[in-house]
Amino acid sequence: MAFPRPIATTRSATGIPTGRLAVWWVIASEIVIFGGVLGSYIMHRLGHPDWHYQSAHTNTAAGAFNTLVLLTSSLFAVLAHQAAQQKDGKKAARFLVFTVLGGLTFLIVKGFEWASEIQHGYTLTSNTFWSFYYTAAGLHGFHVLAGMVIMLFVAADARHNRELQRVENIGIYWHFVDVVWIFLFPLLYIAK
Amino acid sequence: MSSATADAGHGHHDQGFIKKYLWSTDHKVIGFQYLFTGMFMALIGGFTVYVFRMQLAFPGMSVPGFGRVTAHDYNSLVTTHGSVMIFWVAMPVLIAALGNYLIPLMIGCDDMVFPRINRLSYQLFLVSSLVLITSFFVDGGAFGGAWTAYPPLSAKAAYNLTPHGAPLWLVAVALEFVAFLLGGINFITTVMNSRAPGMKMFDVPIVVWMIVIASIVFMASVGPLVAGAVMLLFDQTVGTGFFDPSRGGDPVLWQHLFWFFGHPEVYVVLLPAMGIVAEIITVFSRKKLFAYKTVLYTAIGTGVLSFFVWAHHQFVAGIDPRMANIFSVTTLLISIPVAEMVFVYIATLYGGSIRLTTPMLWALAFIGEFLIGGVTGIFLGASGSDIYFHDTYFVVAHFHYTFFPIAFIGSFAAITYWFPKMFGKMLNETWGKVHFWGTIIAFNFIFIPLFLTGARGDHRRIYDYTHFPDLMKAGMQEMRVLATLALVVLLAFQVVFLVNFFYSLVKGKKAEQNPWKANTLEWVAASPPPHGNFPELPTVYRGPYEYSHPEAKDDYWPQNQPPQTA
Repeated sequence: MAFPRPIATTRSATGIPTGRLAVWWVIASEIVIFGGVLGSYIMHRLGHPDWHYQSAHTNTAAGAFNTLVLLTSSLFAVLAHQAAQQKDGKKAARFLVFTVLGGLTFLIVKGFEWASEIQHGYTLTSNTFWSFYYTAAGLHGFHVLAGMVIMLFVAADARHNRELQRVENIGIYWHFVDVVWIFLFPLLYIAK
Repeated sequence: MSSATADAGHGHHDQGFIKKYLWSTDHKVIGFQYLFTGMFMALIGGFTVYVFRMQLAFPGMSVPGFGRVTAHDYNSLVTTHGSVMIFWVAMPVLIAALGNYLIPLMIGCDDMVFPRINRLSYQLFLVSSLVLITSFFVDGGAFGGAWTAYPPLSAKAAYNLTPHGAPLWLVAVALEFVAFLLGGINFITTVMNSRAPGMKMFDVPIVVWMIVIASIVFMASVGPLVAGAVMLLFDQTVGTGFFDPSRGGDPVLWQHLFWFFGHPEVYVVLLPAMGIVAEIITVFSRKKLFAYKTVLYTAIGTGVLSFFVWAHHQFVAGIDPRMANIFSVTTLLISIPVAEMVFVYIATLYGGSIRLTTPMLWALAFIGEFLIGGVTGIFLGASGSDIYFHDTYFVVAHFHYTFFPIAFIGSFAAITYWFPKMFGKMLNETWGKVHFWGTIIAFNFIFIPLFLTGARGDHRRIYDYTHFPDLMKAGMQEMRVLATLALVVLLAFQVVFLVNFFYSLVKGKKAEQNPWKANTLEWVAASPPPHGNFPELPTVYRGPYEYSHPEAKDDYWPQNQPPQTA
């Protein structure tokens, strides 16, 4: 790395590596962002029982499939972490690419889902349920995409056995994105 | 970790102007970038308030430097004043500039843990400032829906009449939040992990603690508003109805999302100012800070409680009166830890050998003036009296008695205190005191009249009072004129500060390494500290406030000085 790292970065008064500590703080700030969207949605949903007729038009099967895809991709992220701990950068990079492919599948399925919903007239502005649906899932999809891009950078380094600690850090972030979906899926698709 | 590694990684070599001042990863340079951007934005905030106060005092006059103020201009000016002063002055100067400058120096390390994220944080902040400034010049002018941006006024261009200013304002605010989230994560991680060897939790200077607590409170409160900003942006531009009751939305939801951030935000900026005051009064009383742990715990208590008070802004928004009662109680409760801090500072002063330098005057003025802000808050926190006071100038005066001490008195205290360290020159004390007295006296002459008009029912957000005969009764307009003239005096005295600042920067007396004889680690570094800060990274042996200790030779005992061997 060309960038000279300050001594500050190498210290660890808490015993937790600096990168991992920062990822946890990033997640803390993300929790409140998603908390804001979901809290607003839940309050509205309780006030509008009729939204059930709207949510019945979501594609629960596609959502369930996507849940499986994301959970599987998280498994690959764990395997990548394991490989990184064994200092096997190549293997870690391979598993990270599998994780990225999982994310890609998720986004493609999402794309088909949204396309069909929009064709049926359920757009961002057709009803406040759909506004929440697209905003919350869109914000989540944006996080999936960001995670994929970062993961490719981490994998490129890991392949040459560089910065292997980052494999774990991006994995923690990926699990978080996964957990957000675990909340979104029942709230947006299943809730009656 | 030898100092040789530091030199290898962080050695001082000649860099071009751009690399050194605009693209730097050095925490001190980034601190200055925030400081100077904040000072520049303060000029905008000051100019806007001058224009709209002139309109209120002398309705319909052609304001020198601006011209005739239309009702439309008035809305944009008020909105810009509020947003700029909070988001682009108080936040960057108190948290970002001082946090960046002080944290690595005060905890004895060479930089932030993530220098490049730090640079990115400032660049995002700069972009947000530029977006906001751009919004002044688009068709329709700057956003005119007040800094709180309540829908439906903020959501529909047909109401706020600023079709381009409104989304640009929202984008600018959201970018600014991202910048401070990145900065905050850096601050917290740096303080948690990169403290000097030997520096335990209770050896960290209070101001650093305060900036960290403020960063955590900011991080935990801003999320819902980020979500709300996205929703409002969709309402403005795409045509969703999140805040539109006719389409299943709810305008009060925005108020909840906004104030869930907005009220903790008060404490986000208050705590660093409280920290600055703690540093200054201990140094200039030559006495140990009374009850370090009490200050720390009350600060944490304030931070926690600040999440449970937000609905006191909404007592007249149609919320359930039972809920209003609960929020009255929590609001009155939060005055306890804040009052505790003030008592601790007074106890620190008691029996000290006080030196009335310029920074000390600012610190003492902070305690006195903020106290007035806090006490008048009791009337607004109690839902019964708030229903009368809501949306009057009493609220405006109360708010400014809290925020002016925080954003300006606190910043002036910090700048006058750390100036020798930052720039290696001393500020002129005489001109510093002239600026102090001019500012403080004028400040009180602005807002005491506004307390009085507010208590007599003077409604805020009115462009021209001559249309409201009830609000033009005996004495009302005279008090508005008095407040406006005092404002002009206050603004004029800031010229004294700016001249003193820039003159001293170039021609000031050279500062020693430790001109105030203080204990904390930043005074161990040279003035100004070079890239990499310390010739050899310090080790800490004691707390930051050991003044006039019987075992020490002098009346101060730097944190890094090894104890005499017995």
